[in-house]
Amino acid sequence: MIQGIPLEHFLVVSTIMFFIGVCGFIIRRNLITMLMAIELILNSVNINFVVFNRYLYPDQLQGQFFSLFIVGIAAAEASVAIALIINIYRNMKNIEVENVNEMKF
Amino acid sequence: MNVFMFYMFSGIILICSLLSITTRRILRAAVYLLCVLLATAGLYFMLNYQFMAAVQLTLYAGGIVVLIIFSILLTHHITHRFKHPDITKLLMGIGSAVVGIGLVLTTILSHSFHAGTTPELPVDMTVIGNQLLSTGKNGYVLPFELISILLLAAMIAAIVIAKKEKNKNSEI
Amino acid sequence: MTGYTYTVFIILIPLVMFLVIGLLGMKWKPIVSGILGTIGMGISWTLSLITAGSYFFGVHGTEGFQTIIPFEIKWLQFTETLIIKMGILLDPISVMMLVVVTTISFMVHIYSLGYMKGEGGFARFYAFLSLFTFAMLGLVIATNIFQMYIFWELVGVSSFLLIGFYYQKPSAVAAAKKAFIVTRFADLGFLIGILILSFVTGTFDFAKLTQPGTTIFASAASMSFMGISAMTWAMTLMFIGGAGKSAMFPLHIWLPDAMEGPTPVSALIHAATMVVAGVFLVARMFPVIHFQAPATQELIAYVGGFTSLFAAVIAITQYDIKRILAFSTLSQLGYMMLSLGVSGYGGEEGLGYMASMFHLFTHAMFKALLFLGAGSIIHAVHSNLMQDMGGLRKYLPITHITFLIACLAISGIPPFAGFFSKDEILVAALEHNKLLFAVEYIVAGLTAFYMFRLYFGVFWGKDQHYHHTPHESPMTMAIPLMFLAFMSIISGFLPFHNLITSDKMGFETHTDLMVAIPSVLIGVVGIAMAWILYKKESVVPAKLAKSWGILYTATYNKFYFDEFYLFVTRKIIFNYISRPIAWFDRHIIDAFMVGIGLTTEKISYQIKGMQSGQLQHYAFAFVAGTLALALSMIYLLM
Repeated sequence: MIQGIPLEHFLVVSTIMFFIGVCGFIIRRNLITMLMAIELILNSVNINFVVFNRYLYPDQLQGQFFSLFIVGIAAAEASVAIALIINIYRNMKNIEVENVNEMKF
Repeated sequence: MNVFMFYMFSGIILICSLLSITTRRILRAAVYLLCVLLATAGLYFMLNYQFMAAVQLTLYAGGIVVLIIFSILLTHHITHRFKHPDITKLLMGIGSAVVGIGLVLTTILSHSFHAGTTPELPVDMTVIGNQLLSTGKNGYVLPFELISILLLAAMIAAIVIAKKEKNKNSEI
Repeated sequence: MTGYTYTVFIILIPLVMFLVIGLLGMKWKPIVSGILGTIGMGISWTLSLITAGSYFFGVHGTEGFQTIIPFEIKWLQFTETLIIKMGILLDPISVMMLVVVTTISFMVHIYSLGYMKGEGGFARFYAFLSLFTFAMLGLVIATNIFQMYIFWELVGVSSFLLIGFYYQKPSAVAAAKKAFIVTRFADLGFLIGILILSFVTGTFDFAKLTQPGTTIFASAASMSFMGISAMTWAMTLMFIGGAGKSAMFPLHIWLPDAMEGPTPVSALIHAATMVVAGVFLVARMFPVIHFQAPATQELIAYVGGFTSLFAAVIAITQYDIKRILAFSTLSQLGYMMLSLGVSGYGGEEGLGYMASMFHLFTHAMFKALLFLGAGSIIHAVHSNLMQDMGGLRKYLPITHITFLIACLAISGIPPFAGFFSKDEILVAALEHNKLLFAVEYIVAGLTAFYMFRLYFGVFWGKDQHYHHTPHESPMTMAIPLMFLAFMSIISGFLPFHNLITSDKMGFETHTDLMVAIPSVLIGVVGIAMAWILYKKESVVPAKLAKSWGILYTATYNKFYFDEFYLFVTRKIIFNYISRPIAWFDRHIIDAFMVGIGLTTEKISYQIKGMQSGQLQHYAFAFVAGTLALALSMIYLLM
């Protein structure tokens, strides 16, 4: 609990960061920048967990552990994504997201 | 003091995240992301979660962003500048973001959160380590083991997906 | 009475024969189907004779013949009161018709063994003959109007199949279509009449409708439409249906063309059985018509009279022997209708009714004989036209004698059958309406004239040179001829006045010499005129024809009625009614359906575009959907 900063301020920050990430995912044309936007989303969720833990349940540690696991998963996911991106780059010589459109009608 | 730190960190987070998704040069986007992550770590330090902050710095800033930069270097010309996104996508993105922010904020702010009154638990490595590996109440050994398997799977997947194919006609 | 339940076999055996021959006929040699059909019909014939014997000559009470219903089932039940039953009704006219139909059908079956030998579709022919007999028998034994209507339509269908038997000939197909359409058109009136009648009286059953002293018509007296009472409408519409089947003017156009079918078919259907269905209907409904709709009865009489005159005049000028016989049938049917039209009810008054049924019976015998004889002639000469024939008495002795007997019978010369029945009709007409009597008297003379014109032209006349000598028919064809000739001679002596009358009670009758002698006289006059003109080859007929000029041409062309009907259908109905309807159907209804298909296709194409393959579109859809759900959950539902 930080004196003087109510919980809601943290939540506002994390919400705005989340939706900036969503917006970035939709706007960006490049696969790697989309990945970066995903990292923003995951981060915002992390902040949320930690803040709830600290403010609402100060004697327990669930939020923190959850954040730890989220970080771990984010790392795994980013590595697989990069591997895929490299494969796509090898096949198509660029990594525009419009070229990856086989899953359609 | 705390308040000022909080606002500074939040400002860095928001501004850098905005810049990260709108800049036209890719390396700058990666760097802005790095700033966001660092500012988040700062927030964690403020909240007295030192271990969390350290993990954030090590894994996120030191691992993932580095990985991203490597992949940028592998797949792009550094001076390559992005084109502007087309208007449909812009509308879609901004529209969904604005609506989402509006909705979520109204919901959250209309709810009154009651702060917990129990005394804070001092978080240090002993406590974390015990809880991480204990099997009793509040024990996290199962997720721990699962995460380790997941990381193994991710490693194998990344290697298999990204390795070069052997040429079919290899000249001897 | 002894149980009459065996009568159900009379009608079921032809049905079974139809199914068996129809389904399995292709597997056997054709002659097997013929023999099977003939045997089945023989059994039906025997059972009908047994039924007639025990009904007419068995023990019966003093109130006359009872209406017996040995068999009835509820076939369709719609509501409490609307029930359609199927059953067998035995009363004097239906038993008589059973005998007539099975006799003629049996004779035709035997005859066709010889006549249709070697034709393609032999088995099919016998199947259709059995189907037709089944339908006709079902019609005559119907217990209620609806059953009669069902079998009426079935008779129409079988006659269509039989007329169009030589389906590769376009003229046969056209004739079959014409017959079916004209009778179907008339049946529309029949159906409306049935509906009105059943609405007014609340029942379909004949037994209830014709019961003397019945009160179900009480409500009908107050109903009327356009100034004519409801019962008159109903009976007139039903008569229109009967007029279509019996080829009364102006619905007579199908009968001459129906001669495109094989000759045994003409004998069975268009001489003896199907065409009398209309007369039978009027006889069946006779108490209703006589008491509830006397105006309709007058109409029936006049239509019958006009038709007989009209047809007789046309028959004088025709050369195709089957056409002459067809017009002769039309004329005699007019006689029967007229007789019913002038009849009263009960005892001596009901002379017309009895005479009509009597004439039906005798006419069936000699007309079938005439047609079968014509078939024999055609079989020998391979042509239908009188100009190709002459002097055949040397080559076809059996046909000659039987044909002569039939011609004498139809001309009303005693002691052959036609004299007695025609005489009774003339007496009935005389008592009722002098004008109609005069018409019928003249028609009797014309009948004798044209029949003997036909006889002399075929068997006497010029000595024709034939490419190959005509040979007499085989025994299978000769035996029916002889049997029917025998019937033509003796059936005049049947005591019809005791057996078949309007109120089912016998009455005494005597030969009115005042009418009998003039009628024989005019018959003899007709024969004499034909003798003079046609016995030897001469140019007088041709000169006479030329002197009549335009009247002759009009008569030869059947007064251009066929052309008139064709004109009306083609120019008026097709152009002004059918074409717009077809246009509407094709461009609006079909287009609507096709339009629905096209619209669906276009919409689905647009929807298909939502699966664009673009990752970000999918992400946007995901986020938007979640937000929408959240919005609706939190704010709209709470």
